[in-house]
Amino acid sequence: MPPQAREEGHQVRVVALCGMGFGTSLMLKMFIGEILEAHGIKAELHAWDLGSFKGQDADIVVAPMDMKKHLEDYQGRVVLISNLTDRQEIEEKLLPVVREFLDAQP
Amino acid sequence: MERLARCLTGRVALDVEARDWEEAVRLAGEVLEKAGDIEPAYTEAMIRTVREIGPYIVVTPGVALPHARPEDGVLRAAIGLVRLARPVSFGSEVNDPVDLVFPFGTPDRDQHIEVLAALSRLLSDPGRVAALRRAATEEDILAVLRGAPLAPAGS
Repeated sequence: MPPQAREEGHQVRVVALCGMGFGTSLMLKMFIGEILEAHGIKAELHAWDLGSFKGQDADIVVAPMDMKKHLEDYQGRVVLISNLTDRQEIEEKLLPVVREFLDAQP
Repeated sequence: MERLARCLTGRVALDVEARDWEEAVRLAGEVLEKAGDIEPAYTEAMIRTVREIGPYIVVTPGVALPHARPEDGVLRAAIGLVRLARPVSFGSEVNDPVDLVFPFGTPDRDQHIEVLAALSRLLSDPGRVAALRRAATEEDILAVLRGAPLAPAGS
């Protein structure tokens, strides 16, 4: 499946993933949005459930550490977070991956 | 946090005995059932979700947020709190054992967002989470949510 185009004006598409798509991932998405905004990165953010995620395209996936086994076959960039309410952990793990992604863009 | 405090009113059970994570989620679901927020089927759906997808709902050390889908039997947006007398293991690689269980339900994918955001902020503040563990009554819990001055740690 070809990558879908990102929404105009956004540099990176980040998908917060969880089992349902509106609880745990929504919490993650909130913190991710605040972090990236603070660093001046325009990101297209989504909260998705496992079912919707299959076959869809994300530049970076952020998921709870306890969902690691569901992502073992996924080839893209994945950031696994242990403490989902620890802004510092999310920032320290996510930012380098976002920067690496942005650097790799033409 | 005022809205979170209002939502939790009458839905707090402290120092509840549970043998394992499944009983903990069931007891948490019963708090919302008794308040008329969810149908019993929703409680079973919350348990099934952990079984099928895993313990990722243990979002931060010691804290679980069990939930299921709107169509699993939510009557209105709701959140509760069960604090366990003894922590139980959910099988989380990183955040076990759990003593604070916040079950929630939403009739659609939007109505709970404000309250979930407030809960996220609360849980990102270790001082307040510690205060939830020390609180003696539901009133104390609600006071923590409303931002009452915290007792010094270790007191």
